[in-house]
Amino acid sequence: MSTLTDLTIEQALEGLKKKDFTSVELTQAHIDTMDKHKNLNAYITETPDIALEQAEKSDKKRASGNVGLLEGIPLGIKDLFCTYDVQTTAGSHILEGFKPKYESTVTTNLFNNGAVMLGKTNMDEFAMGSSNTTSYYGNTINPWRRKDEPETELVPGGSSGGSAAAVAAHMCMGATGTDTGGSIRQPSSYCGVTGIKPTYGRCSRWGVVAFASSLDQPGCFARTVKDNAIFLRAMAGHDPKDSTSADKPVPDFAAAIDGNIKGKTIGIPKEYHIDGMPEEIIKNWEQGKKWLEDAGAKTVEVSLPHTKYAMAAYYIIAPAEASSNLARYDGVRYGPRANESVLRDMYDVTRAEGFGDEVKRRIMIGTYALSSGYYDAYYIKAQKARRLVLQDFMRAFEICDVLLTPPAPSAAFPIGQNEDDPIKMYLEDAFTIPASLAGLPGMVVPTNLNSQGLPLGLQIIGRPWDEENVFRVAGALENLANFTARPQTLL
Amino acid sequence: MAQIIQGETGEWEVVIGMEIHAQVIANSKLFSGSSANFGAAPNAQVSMVDAAMPGMLPVLNKKCVEQAIRTGLGLNAQVNKHSVFARKNYFYPDLPQGYQISQYEHPIIGEGKIEIDLLDGTTKYIGITRLHLEQDAGKSIHDQHPSKSYVDLNRSGCALMEIVSEPDIRGADEAAAYINKIRMILRYLETCDGNMDEGSMRADVNVSVRKAGNEYGTRAEVKNVNSVKAVVQAIEHEARRQVDLIESGKTIVQETRLWDPDKMETRSMRSKEEAHDYRYFPDPDLLPLDIEQEWIDEIKATLPELPDEKKHRFIEEFGLSPYDASVLIAERPRAAFYETAAKGHDPKMAANWVINELLGILNKHGKTIIDSPVSAKQLGELIGLIADDTISGKIAKDVFVEMYKSGKDAAVIVEEKGLRQVTDTGAIEALVDEVIAENPDNVAAYKGGKDKLFGFFVGQVMKKSQGKANPEAVNKLLKEKLG
Repeated sequence: MSTLTDLTIEQALEGLKKKDFTSVELTQAHIDTMDKHKNLNAYITETPDIALEQAEKSDKKRASGNVGLLEGIPLGIKDLFCTYDVQTTAGSHILEGFKPKYESTVTTNLFNNGAVMLGKTNMDEFAMGSSNTTSYYGNTINPWRRKDEPETELVPGGSSGGSAAAVAAHMCMGATGTDTGGSIRQPSSYCGVTGIKPTYGRCSRWGVVAFASSLDQPGCFARTVKDNAIFLRAMAGHDPKDSTSADKPVPDFAAAIDGNIKGKTIGIPKEYHIDGMPEEIIKNWEQGKKWLEDAGAKTVEVSLPHTKYAMAAYYIIAPAEASSNLARYDGVRYGPRANESVLRDMYDVTRAEGFGDEVKRRIMIGTYALSSGYYDAYYIKAQKARRLVLQDFMRAFEICDVLLTPPAPSAAFPIGQNEDDPIKMYLEDAFTIPASLAGLPGMVVPTNLNSQGLPLGLQIIGRPWDEENVFRVAGALENLANFTARPQTLL
Repeated sequence: MAQIIQGETGEWEVVIGMEIHAQVIANSKLFSGSSANFGAAPNAQVSMVDAAMPGMLPVLNKKCVEQAIRTGLGLNAQVNKHSVFARKNYFYPDLPQGYQISQYEHPIIGEGKIEIDLLDGTTKYIGITRLHLEQDAGKSIHDQHPSKSYVDLNRSGCALMEIVSEPDIRGADEAAAYINKIRMILRYLETCDGNMDEGSMRADVNVSVRKAGNEYGTRAEVKNVNSVKAVVQAIEHEARRQVDLIESGKTIVQETRLWDPDKMETRSMRSKEEAHDYRYFPDPDLLPLDIEQEWIDEIKATLPELPDEKKHRFIEEFGLSPYDASVLIAERPRAAFYETAAKGHDPKMAANWVINELLGILNKHGKTIIDSPVSAKQLGELIGLIADDTISGKIAKDVFVEMYKSGKDAAVIVEEKGLRQVTDTGAIEALVDEVIAENPDNVAAYKGGKDKLFGFFVGQVMKKSQGKANPEAVNKLLKEKLG
């Protein structure tokens, strides 16, 4: 049965339909693989009992002819999504033991479509990080290793590092993620999987623990572009409980993957050529461009002149929102509470013990940026920069359909690297942050291995609400790249 | 009438601006579906949103927006078609989110003005600076456990309108008139029940003093003033405190002070330096609120006649005095009662009956006009019986008391008790003759010049008729017979 875990979602749906196997068998195969790769620490909470129960129910449902979009497909769920009665930690000590009495809209949609939950995947604390090293529940380890130093453990990227690693290690067929500044796209690239952050407002944020509300957007990981298309359709849609979710119909994204990109114009933003970027990143990008041209697309250089302000704007706006969003973790209603008799002390100690360093750093940055006397200089200015970044994109989209960029300035790096230099760590998101600020859909497809045998991917950024062209181009790129490498640790 | 405080160095003017928090009448809270009704068991009306559970999001309640627009229109104020909800950040156990969703730079309602009625019968305009929507906090309860505090989140997230006035109010009486007028308008509009004792309307008072013609002085914000009486007392004490302080050579510091109704004093809560930095910023969970003119027009079309319009109409249409008109319009049901009672009858007489008789007896029994055992129509019928001489005004008062007790119609009581007025001249003449015959001494005295005795004869005749004789006929006949 081990090959069941090698199937794509598309293939598994076909196999389930043809009764080649049951969801229970498919789910059990993934549970076995989870056991095998426990060392990767991809899951914070494993829920095999729930998974098998859901799989059994799904098999019955399928027998009755009622088949959802993800009927019987076992998934990982990022531990930022609130799941009914299942511990939801956001990677933080301050939510340890918290079992919500509600189910997020995204997971509700997934379960209504027949999905099976294998567990809650590891992540950077409150989704703040690019390496999954800020999780209170330990680092997730990237299943990929450098050829020349196979003992060195690498980061899976972040913040949805557990999801990306679990998909890469076949510990699930797909996994949910959330992307605030690159938290789906950057780990996709590091782990050699495919992931999409849809347009802001495409998926409901209701029941997703908030990091930065104006940027947070649920999305997904899988091993193929088509799988992502099926997955995203099953989780997306308007939700009256989220005022920022868009009242727009959800298209059949998979139908857009028709392989035909003739006549499409691909923009190549020149500002994404940054100093000191590794040669192989540039080479990978050039090759992607060539592939798409060969397939009949036109490429054109575009300029996004305000890209250089995106990072600074993001590191004002996201922490500002976070400093307020995280105020509710006070030990009063949920999570651990410090045993202090004076209210102020209880708050102080609860939060001091409950939050990790990166979270504290961002709360302090955000609090400072919103302070009286600094608000105009930081927050207002950052919002202005954000508007300019969006305008850059919209201007570029007047002459092109999608943009092609590297997703990150490097491949996966060893755990521990960049830890002493937050700014360097923040730079890992330099290529994903601008699209986040603009609320645009972005997808990463693995395309090559670098000289150390690590995956490199490419990012397709689309117009707002035009995930279809993103899928179309990503699908073509996937075909052309024909990326079939697997993590060495799994071979 | 501006309030003047006589200090050692001269006269001081009291300058006041008010912030009124009015709880919006709506079935559910500002951003959640929980019930917003008063009086439930603690924490019985708390949704996951109100308790700020992780991942919960606010969704704006349209009814609350409608109520704010309605109130804005009632305050003759600008409705801002674009407004923004912002977060006001601070930690407190009864504020589960760690921030209050409010409106800061872009409130839903802008400048307006209302007319207040002063004690000397004149009126004055008070400017409204703004009105914005915000969430109420929960309630901390400190007296249930020796070392712990309890928190009740029922009120957490209920919609409040904060109505901010210009510093146009000059003294305690004007402040009282302002609160009363705001409350009256809110009640007319049915946007807030105005019950200060239940906390559904609360006031913060900004008080400063200055010598006439000078710039505004430094103000203190006085909190915890929970009744009109407390507002008046707090202002008087705070203004006096400030005058005494300045005159003794000290300066006023800008600060928040708490009114203590037991000690009858205000005391410092926190100074400007200790003031919170609320770190306001637009709430990213909510889109800016954009309102169509069409909706504003729809709401405008459903506005009731407002107190001032009604008052002016009563004066013009019914010829009432400004005082009577003010009394009648003070409550919307009272005005409606009056209009029904006055329909087809003498409006001034109806006003007198409502104000003097009905309100008098209702007050005595601690009732409001809604509980009146005598309906407006019944009171109108009674007035009709006086007008058509069926009964005299005096008898009518007895009939009214009976109506109040039994709920019966006036005509029924008049018939049952045989109170119909005697207008038959022959019958009255017989009584007049009897009285003259029985009182020869007084007749002689009257004829000798003691004119005042005329009243005695009238009284005797009325007594014989058991009050039913038409007083005019009695007067006429007596004058004829006594010469």
